[in-house]
This record gives sequence, structure tokens and C-alpha cells, in this order.
Amino acid sequence: MVRLPYTTALTTLFSYGLLFAFGQLRDLFRKLLDWFRSKDLKGYAPICLGLEDFYVRRLYLRIQDCFGRPIASAPDAWIDVVERYSNDNNKTLHRTSNSTKCLNLGSYNYLGFAAADEYCTPRVIESLKKYSPSTCSVRVDGGTTQLHAELEELVARFVGKPAAVLFGMGYVTNSAIIPCLIGKGGLLISDSLNHNSIVNGARGSGATVRVFQHNSPSHLEEVLREQIAEGQPRTHRPWKKIIVIVEGIYSMEGELCKLPEIIAVCKKYKAYTYLDEAHSIGAIGKSGRGVCELLGVDPADVDIMMGTFTKSFGSCGGYIAASKEIIQYLKYTCPAHLYATSMSPPAVQQVISAIKVILGEDGSNRGAQKLARIRENSNFFRSELQKMGFEVLGDNDSPVMPIMLYNPAKIPAFSRECLRQNVAVVTVAFPATPLLLARARICISAAHTREDMIKGLEVISKVGDLVGIKYFPTEPPKLAKEAHKKRESSIVAERFCGCDIIGV
Amino acid sequence: MVSPVAGMTTKALDWFSIAFDAPLARAVVFGVHIDGHLVVEVLLIAVILFQLSRKSYKPPKKPLSEKEIDDLCEEWVPESLTPSITDDMKAQPPALESAAGPHTIINGKEVLNFASANFLGLIGHEKIIDSCVGSVEKYGVGSCGPRGFYGTIDAHLDCENRIAKFLGTPDSILYSYGISTIFSVIPAFCKKGDIIVADEGVHWAVQNGLYLSRSTVVYYKHNDMTSLEKTLEKMTRGNKQAEKLRRYIVVEALYQNSGQIAPLDEIVRLKEKYRFRLIMDESNSFGVLGNSGRGLAEHFGVPIEKIDIITAGMGNALATDGGFCTGSVRVIDHQRLSSSGYVFSASLPPYLASAAIAAVDYLEANPTVLSSLRRNIASLVEGLSDIPGLTVASNPLSPIVLLKLKNSTGSQKRDLQLLNKIVERVLEEDSVYIVTTKRSNLDKCPLPVGIRMFVSAGHSESDLQNASDALKRVAASVLSELN
Repeated sequence: MVRLPYTTALTTLFSYGLLFAFGQLRDLFRKLLDWFRSKDLKGYAPICLGLEDFYVRRLYLRIQDCFGRPIASAPDAWIDVVERYSNDNNKTLHRTSNSTKCLNLGSYNYLGFAAADEYCTPRVIESLKKYSPSTCSVRVDGGTTQLHAELEELVARFVGKPAAVLFGMGYVTNSAIIPCLIGKGGLLISDSLNHNSIVNGARGSGATVRVFQHNSPSHLEEVLREQIAEGQPRTHRPWKKIIVIVEGIYSMEGELCKLPEIIAVCKKYKAYTYLDEAHSIGAIGKSGRGVCELLGVDPADVDIMMGTFTKSFGSCGGYIAASKEIIQYLKYTCPAHLYATSMSPPAVQQVISAIKVILGEDGSNRGAQKLARIRENSNFFRSELQKMGFEVLGDNDSPVMPIMLYNPAKIPAFSRECLRQNVAVVTVAFPATPLLLARARICISAAHTREDMIKGLEVISKVGDLVGIKYFPTEPPKLAKEAHKKRESSIVAERFCGCDIIGV
Repeated sequence: MVSPVAGMTTKALDWFSIAFDAPLARAVVFGVHIDGHLVVEVLLIAVILFQLSRKSYKPPKKPLSEKEIDDLCEEWVPESLTPSITDDMKAQPPALESAAGPHTIINGKEVLNFASANFLGLIGHEKIIDSCVGSVEKYGVGSCGPRGFYGTIDAHLDCENRIAKFLGTPDSILYSYGISTIFSVIPAFCKKGDIIVADEGVHWAVQNGLYLSRSTVVYYKHNDMTSLEKTLEKMTRGNKQAEKLRRYIVVEALYQNSGQIAPLDEIVRLKEKYRFRLIMDESNSFGVLGNSGRGLAEHFGVPIEKIDIITAGMGNALATDGGFCTGSVRVIDHQRLSSSGYVFSASLPPYLASAAIAAVDYLEANPTVLSSLRRNIASLVEGLSDIPGLTVASNPLSPIVLLKLKNSTGSQKRDLQLLNKIVERVLEEDSVYIVTTKRSNLDKCPLPVGIRMFVSAGHSESDLQNASDALKRVAASVLSELN
């Protein structure tokens, strides 16, 4: 939950207003100049009409160099960021062959499996030579190898469910599974800050979708009661089924989901639960089993658990873990299982090796070390940032920490200054976040050493002073703790119209 | 009887007229003569005003009380999350124990593999595997981030440039999964209110993209150009609004569900006549059709600029994973910010991008692999032409050979059961692995089911001969049992 001071809100609105005005002015001049130049569309309607891509053309292109920076190395703790230059004021960017080594605070590399690993990489290379980079077939038609069968069993055991099924991409997992489980006549209740893949899956299913306030079990209960009492829209027939979709860690907030309360509410009203653990599997919990382990929830209480292998396991793909009947049904009818190329075998081997390391089955205790290190690192980094006076979101133990920037001009300033001092950070603005709540997002990894983090903190502190984002000035430690408690207990989320993009 | 009533009425009327013509008639208020009828009119107006001022009758609205909502919630029973499991749901595909090349190992036995779309035989190719090994050692396996946040690795940019150079288009964009390409591209360009004319035989990913785009979608008969022309005519005739709306035709170059090839020259002619843009999915024809494998445009001799958007999955001829989209610079730049499968998803693992570059290099250097593929297809189709009970229903140039039942049993389910029996026996008795078409519940494709065989340039003459012999024998025995 973000507390937005009034002065900051006003100045941010003013900046956006100014940018909008200048953009319109430029559009006017462009229209006047183009009057004389003929358009060669010949009767076809243009791809983007009028204001549809106004934001892209006039706001985003100015700061395009802060996004999509190419790298020339593995996404490890230190990366080589390729330098780019532009001849036409950032409209097009060209690569050079130079690169600078920077500290990587942006990649999702929670357990440090991104670069070559001493246990995983030899096995991956072996499987490459044995099975080839791809099977060229769908899972049901000769795309299932022994590796896939092994990984499905291993994932089911790791997560604590009877069975699991794999898919080659995390995004497709959500978009193709939700339509299989629910259709017209069903109700989907999703958190207001859910990821785009869940929104797409919900739209593609044809079911009615309702949204409840972010992470608020009481509002979820209200919505459930109202919907069950009313029934389907217009006909008022009772709903066929209700599924509640939540995420383990919300990637833009860094918050954990209030899982025990939400599960209690769902059980009371007989709704099914779907938990998307894209960021939390492998990264939190004592043995890395995700948000269920951390919050003490029995995996049998969650009906369907989904996760991805991109973040903590350094590979690609996604999985669904549920009861045997559900998995058998999904294997029979899910389009992503019947029509999509199966997951690449070396990627499967990488996940198998990574899970074995985490569970300690490779014969060493590297997994336990990595898990302890990421927890220490996240807590250390977060507390230091808060001590310096930044506004940091997220709960303890979560490796994702957004730092609020608010003002649109601070986004490129923060990003470019940090890069100049060899720290690579990620800044996020509209439309991934609400219009006024732009932020810089830090992802901590187990591969970061103490020295790396101290260097990162120094640079961020210097740049923070320069840019002016230390919204909570430094206080002595005891007072800071009380202020922190007060902040947590006052929940004020300011939303302005026009920024509810993630809502359905 | 009548006269007393008449008498009373006349008396009442007389009384009324006397009352009205009474002294009031002589009253003068503010210089206005008050006549009797004025009183009636004033009374009438008063009554009307009184009625108007009263609220109309609405039955009282009582919101449900807490107890009633509790009761409703108690009574409500949801359906189970999935329907009960039937026997045909329990079938498990066989697990391969080696790479999915032309020969593979299932259950310890070596089988002929006709189920992998390995058209150019690149699975197990030395150069590709070497480049992947180098890539894994340098970049690791995953890319750990979306393209906008340090997930863009120089291997991706090199791959995009290579594909654009190979096809002769200005620019291209890489997606991390084959089927997510088309269902992200279509909603990025087609919004609510736009007009889309699509072939009815497109596969599920295209259907999902069309549904997510919320545009008006009209299907025409599969691969039938007269039906397409009629539909285009209908959508644009007399429709002045059509000028301002974006209009698209969506086709596949080589249909996955039927093995037919779309007649591109006809389609381009119609598209230019009616001013539609063309979106073409070349997943099965890239690297297969055309003299040098550049796809359907080369096959028909159509300049590639005439096709607005080309998408393809790389999981077939290029023996890697992921997909790409090419077109003009405007088209590609638009997708970098508004295509959801590109922006909100992690990028393609870099070793798969290097595999794609190696595959395109190989294809450009050895175009003879295409002629061996074509030879194999021709000889297989010839060998399968005289199977009792089954006919070849796909185009003779298509590497996806589709066999349909000559006399269908009437229901798709029973057809599938029959075909599955044939396919199982072929695997058991002759060690040839072929598959039937699978349809999901969510798929709306109306085309018939059949047996599919994927021909590869890596198959030898004897492989093809064995396959057609095996199929002939088993089909004859299974279908004769039926009669």
C-alpha cells in the first residue's frame, strides 16, 4: 500500500500535464507539416488512430534508452550492458560493440542459477547432446521424453501436490489453463493487481470476471457474498463454479499474499482457489517451497498451484500442480498441451538439476546456503534502504523491493545516473503501474555478495540524493521503527481514474 | 319501471341546472364573470394537480438481509472443477528415450518416427548442437527477465536481424513461444470494432487471438476463394464506416489441421481489391516451401512486401523453440510495446536463439535439403495412395500428410477411436510411430479428424516404404474387422 503525499501528487500531475501539453503541440505541428506531404496509405485505415499511441510517441520514446537495454553476458550478479547511441533524439537506438560491466539489480535471478552452475551446466550440456535443443513436436505426439516425465514427478513432490503438468512458457500456462477450468456461467474473482497473463486467461475463458481490492480478505468476502446471492447477471441462475485467483508475490509491489485468510474465506463459501507462484516458488520459505511454506498453509488446501521456472530456477517454462484427476483432465483437453511444442529438453534438465540442488539431493548443502543467503540479502538490503529514507514497498523476506519515484522526470534521471555509476536498475512506469506511481524495482539474488550490495547501496543513496527521492528523511533507529509500524497500519491507496489498466 | 327512473334523472338534471344558473352567475370577481362551468373546471384542474403530485406506485424494494445471504451461500453447491475422468482421458503418450529424430527409441525399441515436425532433419545436427553448447556456457540457460528489463541478450538481436535478412523484410521480432506469437500479434493490431475475415480451419492459437481481440470475426469456407470473395464483398459493400475501420484477413500458409496450402496469389489480389491487410501464419511453411525455403511468398512468386504481417513458430523446420513476426518497421515497432506475449513474458532462452541462427545459416547454405524433403513427400504420398479405407486429404506438396477415412462412421469420436486403434497396432507390430489429430474441447475447428504423418528430409527411402507397407497392412485388417 502506497501513501502518496499531496504535494508529490500535485507535482507529478503537473509534470504529466506539461508533457501532455507539449506532446499535443508537437502533434499539431506534425499535422500541419504533413498537410503538404501526401500519405501513401491508399484507402487503408492507419494502424494506430489518433490518441491510441500518443503515450508511446510523445512520452515513452523520450526515455526509450532506459528500457530494453541489451546485455552481452549471462544475467548474473554482474552483467555487461551494451552501449547504445541515437542520432535522432532517442527515436531509434543503435548498438555499439562496447559494453560496460554493471551490477545487476534487475534480473529475476533469485537463487543465482542464471549463469553457468557447477552442478547444472554439465548435465544440461549432456542432455543437449542426447535430446537436441528441441523435440519439434507437441507433448501428446512424441514430445514427451523421459526428462519431462521425471520433472513432472519432481515438481509435484517439491510443491507438495499429487501430480503436475509442464508447459513451455509461463504466460501461456495461465492463458491456456483458465479457459479449460471455467467457461460461460462461471465466476472468476481475481485480485486487482494480478498479472497480465491471468487477465488474458480470464478474458479468453468467457466467464464473468469480478475484481476484489488488492490483498483484502474482507473485501473478497463481501464480493463473494454479493455474487453468490445475486447469481449470474440477468438470469440470476446460480453460478456453476467460482474460482478465486491470487498471486504469491506481486511483482510490482513486492508484497506477499495474505494466503491463510483468503483460503479460509474461500473454504467457507466453497470457492476454488488458484495460486500463481511465479515469483515466490523457490525464493521464499525455509526450503524454498514458496508462499505456502512461509505462511504455514497446507498445499492440499489450495486447489491449483501454478508457477514458472524462469525466476528461481534459471530456465524457462511453467507448471500446474493439482490433484491427479485435474491434471489428467488438463492433459486431455488443454490446448497448450495438445498444440504447443513441448518444453525444450535442456531447459527441463536445468530445472531438474536446480530442484535437486535446492532439495540437497545433489549431495551438497549449496541449496540451503542459497536459500539462507537470499533471505539475508533481501532483509539487509530492504532495511538499509529504509534507513536511508527511501520509500520501499514490500514485506520482509520478499526479494522484490520497489522504490517509489512518482515523478516522470525522475525515472530517466534515476536510471541514467545509476548506469553511469555502473549499477543497472529497472524502472517501471505507466502502463505496468498506475499513472502516478512510477517506481524503480530492485530484485535481489543469492549471487549478490555483501560487497556488491554495499556498493549498490552507496550508488543508490548518492543518486537518490541527486534526484530527490528520499521522501522519508532519516530518523534515529527507535523512532524509525515506530514510524514504520504507523505506516504499515494506515492503509491509504490512492488511485486516479485512467490508471486501472490491470483491472479487467 | 322506466318512467320513475326517467323522472328521477330529469329531476336531478333540473336541480343541477338550477344550481349552476343560480346566484353565482351574477358574481363578478375582478371584472370576470364567474360562470358555473368555471367551478367544475377549477375543481378538475385541482384534482389533476393532486394526482400528478403523488408518487407512482412502486413495490417496496427490500435488500436481502444478512441471514438470507447466509442461507443462500449455505445452499449453493458448486460443480466440480473438472468433469469425471473417462477411459479415453487416461491414455498416456509414450515417453521417448532419445532425441526425436527420424529414428527414436520408445520402450527400449527403435521406432520410425513420423510424429515430430522435424521437416529439415535438423534434430541431432552437429553444428546446431555445438552452437547451443557454446551459448549455454556463455549465457546460461534462461534469460531471467522480460525483454524490457535486461532480458534482451545480443543473441536475440542477432537472431532478429538474421531472420529479417533471410526473408528480405525490414525488421523482425522474436517471441519466446511458438503459439503465443499469433495470439499476441492479433490482439495487438485488431481492436474492438475492427473487421477480421478468417479461414474456418485455423488452429486454436489463431482462434484464441481472434477471440481476445474482440473484433468482428467472420469465417469463410476452408481454403475456398469464392467464399472468401463473397465474404469480403459482403463486409465492405455499402459500409461507409468500413473506410475508417482496420480490416484484416487471417490465413495460415500451410494449415495444420488439414495440410492444405493457401493460394497466396488469389488472396493478395482480393486483399488489394478490397483494401484489407493480410496476416499470415507460416509456422509449417517457413523453411519448407519455396526454392530456398523462404516460405509461401517465394513459392507463389509474390513480393514479400505485399504481405503485411508474417508470423511463424520456429518449432517445426528450424528445430528450435519460440516464434517470430516480420513485416514493416512500423508493424514491428508497434509490437514492442503493445504485444502482451512480448512485453509481459520472459524472453527466449539465448541458446534457442543461437540454434535458430545456426538453422537459418544451414538452410541458406544447403538448399538441396529442400529437394530431398520434396522427394520424400512425393514418394510417401505415392506409397499411401492405395491404402484400403483411407485417402490422402492434404496437398501433395505438404510435409504434413493427412489421411482421412474414406467412409466416416458418422461421429468424430468413433472415427478417432478407429484411427487410434490403427495407430496403436502400427506402433506395436511394425515399430512405426504415427499419430492421430487431437482436438481440444475448446477448439472450434470443423474440419474432419485423421491420421497425421510428418515427413522429414532425414527419412530414407526404406523408412518411407516400411511406413506405407505397415499402414496398408494394419488399416486393411482393422477396417475389415469393422465390416
